[in-house]
Amino acid sequence: MRLTLLVNDERHELEIAHTARLADVLRDELGLVGTKIGCGEGACGACAVLVDGRAVNSCLLLAAAAEGHSVTTIEGISRDGLTPLQQAFIAEDALQCGYCTAGQVVAATALLAVNPSPTVEDVRAGMVGNLCRCGAYPGIERAILRLGQVAPA
Amino acid sequence: MASSGTRTLVRGRIGELVLRPDGVPKVTGAFQFASDLSREGMAWGVTVRSPHAHARIAAIDVSEAAALHGVLAVLTHADVPGRKTYGMEHHDQPVLAWDEVRYEGEPVVIVAAVDLETARLAAARVRVHYEELPVVTWDDGIVLRHVPIRHGDQEVSAEVVVSGTYEVGMQDQAFLGPESGLAIPAEDGGIDLHVATQWLHVDQEQVAASTGLTLEQTRLHLAGVGGAFGGREDVSMQIHASLLALRSGRPVKMVYTREESFYGHVHRHPARMRYEHGATRDGRLVYVKADVLLDGGAYASSSPAVVSNAATFAVGPYRVESATIDATVTLTNNPPCGAMRGFGAVQVAFAHEAQMDRLAAALGIDPVDLRIANALTTGDRMITGQLVEGPAPVAELLERLRAMPLPPDTAMLPSDQRDLPGGLANVTHGEGVRRGVGYAIGFKNIGFSEGFDDYATARVRVSLVDGAPRVEVHTAACEVGQGLVTVLAQIARTELEIADVVVLQADTLVGSAGSTSASRQTWMTGGAVRLACEAVRARLHELSPERHVEETAEHHHRPTVPLDPVTGQGDSVVALAFAAHRAVADVDCELGLVRVVEIATSQDVGRIINPIQCEGQIQGGIAQGLGLAVMEEIQLGAGRIRNASFTDYLIPTVLDMPTVRLDILETPHPLAPYGLNGVGEPPTIASTPAVVAALRDASGIALARVPVRPEDLTTSSSSVSSS
Repeated sequence: MRLTLLVNDERHELEIAHTARLADVLRDELGLVGTKIGCGEGACGACAVLVDGRAVNSCLLLAAAAEGHSVTTIEGISRDGLTPLQQAFIAEDALQCGYCTAGQVVAATALLAVNPSPTVEDVRAGMVGNLCRCGAYPGIERAILRLGQVAPA
Repeated sequence: MASSGTRTLVRGRIGELVLRPDGVPKVTGAFQFASDLSREGMAWGVTVRSPHAHARIAAIDVSEAAALHGVLAVLTHADVPGRKTYGMEHHDQPVLAWDEVRYEGEPVVIVAAVDLETARLAAARVRVHYEELPVVTWDDGIVLRHVPIRHGDQEVSAEVVVSGTYEVGMQDQAFLGPESGLAIPAEDGGIDLHVATQWLHVDQEQVAASTGLTLEQTRLHLAGVGGAFGGREDVSMQIHASLLALRSGRPVKMVYTREESFYGHVHRHPARMRYEHGATRDGRLVYVKADVLLDGGAYASSSPAVVSNAATFAVGPYRVESATIDATVTLTNNPPCGAMRGFGAVQVAFAHEAQMDRLAAALGIDPVDLRIANALTTGDRMITGQLVEGPAPVAELLERLRAMPLPPDTAMLPSDQRDLPGGLANVTHGEGVRRGVGYAIGFKNIGFSEGFDDYATARVRVSLVDGAPRVEVHTAACEVGQGLVTVLAQIARTELEIADVVVLQADTLVGSAGSTSASRQTWMTGGAVRLACEAVRARLHELSPERHVEETAEHHHRPTVPLDPVTGQGDSVVALAFAAHRAVADVDCELGLVRVVEIATSQDVGRIINPIQCEGQIQGGIAQGLGLAVMEEIQLGAGRIRNASFTDYLIPTVLDMPTVRLDILETPHPLAPYGLNGVGEPPTIASTPAVVAALRDASGIALARVPVRPEDLTTSSSSVSSS
């Protein structure tokens, strides 16, 4: 099927299988491999992207369903250099192997967009869909909370 | 220019908080994991696996698959030009099965095609005719290795005796980045394999042996590794992708799916253990008798070394006059088991710590006091007869742990529903919730044991770049997320007083660094980098714009010997590391739901090389120990994995992760560079028994098996094996 996708503010005309997952189209057709596939069934969050600003597991979304929506990947988030959130991830060492990190950054970006000053409990509830097998959760929590503290009043 | 005279103040030395150089590409998604690689003309490889745990292969028909348009190669055992089997130590595992399949998921045929869909379609058209055979598990298996330990007087009795049986389920490493790699045929007829692994040179040897290439033709390059935890020490897709690339003449990429990953790597051995502890009335350990059975699954992997650890550390870090240990690992038709963080020490720690609590209860002694009274210390002998020469601050760790403040009892006054077991499921408002506290301590070996010289190599070059010195550190040591590239650069800065240090991508163009396992890499490859830097430093006067200075060095640890096959005695380990844990858990005793509130830990790390990464290792290890305690198990039925997905195999989320309270002790290890010690594994050893001790304290139920399931915790269903 033919498809028009708006990814990172760029319009892409694509010819894809109607069963293609958004994650595969991003990675294989558009070369945006910052989006990772960890489980392929929405359990780990490594493939999270923003769809109209909300974090969505792109392995669970048909690419066709993203037509007409604005998709932002980790590459889009990083386009103008490191965001304060990404800087906080680095400063708090909120990662080890890094495989989940793009998804964590995407999910945290979405969380902070609706809740700029989250509590610890908000962060934990908001990030529950993103597994980190290295167990860098304490750093991830600190990184997101750090953003909340510097958010404009 | 160099550091003669006054010392320059180069920042980023050892001991400092240095941020990882791979942090930026990892937070922007630019970091290339093995699964992200691609090349012009790249084909995809997939694996046809056995659906049976044990079967005879009567016939393999690949004609229909090979005829499919776009298929480049369909290979069976007959197409393996070199050694038909592989394995780290024992080459017992078929590259592709021929006469029999011995576990569910065993590779039988591999396929390469122009794209992934075609490769999968072709794989589905491979016809393998199986005749099922009886499935063997547990003690019906073939004994692969039995490690007896006969320490002290074998005819002892004691005033107080406690016994128990314990079980540990099969845990998965569950690294998030699945097995992946890209094999590229080279002009010399060889192969360049870019792969996520823990040990490039042991892969290289196995790829070369089975492809029939020379070692020089078999060049391995580390691609981004999405976690490892032991599960990448064995070969997965390395040989397969290389064979497909050589046959098709194209770059071939293989990426396992999550389900396939559960079949594609070895797991932590499940264990069945029977223990008996004897003590004097005043709490002195007199003897420990233990039978430990590990199910090794279908192939050897590192089982012989795991069972050696299970025996060596079977009594825990305690002084005991007499030990009678029989640790056995069997070959069965379960999934192969091998290395996972903690490596044999984890299973026995669950049992020996449960026993110490049981003994304390029988004696009416505080469980921490009992441990301290019997604590191993420097100058004691382990049950293998080996003298403990390095630091062994067992009593100190326990004292410090006990002195740490306890968290407030929020369950009594829940401020937030999410603080209660069951969380937002809203199943309790605090009624039926009881809090428990549990302590445990464990230890294990750092580096390889029993005569294995697992040396590491480093090449260090200093050159002038635009008039300024730059250091390049080249090793084959695998960064898997633990932060090795950060600490190697710190070591080079410390030794050379040069700020600009680049750690090159690891590959086999330099000598072996050994495995990223056994908590050894900072010690071993860090030690090699230090030696190479010292050699370079002695020649820095030769440095000029035209001339670089380069040195290569190997670091070897002190020799060890195999355990005596009859007595289990011998100086088999290089060094030991210790960590103690205290868990605080709230249990909804009506529903069996658990919330682990806090895990406090006291760990001796020798010397902190990088504080934030050191803490990260400890927190991460605790998360995996927590997982084994209350969540994680590969569920098996007649050799079949029933939960090969992250929907059904649960690992801790951020909501499961308790507060971690850290107390890091630095007792310099005399044998190690800078006095450091291994950090990565000790957090996974005693965290599991500490959590279960807290659950026992809260519920009053004996809990003899991990992971603890909700039904184990409800008083109505308390069926407990006990002395």
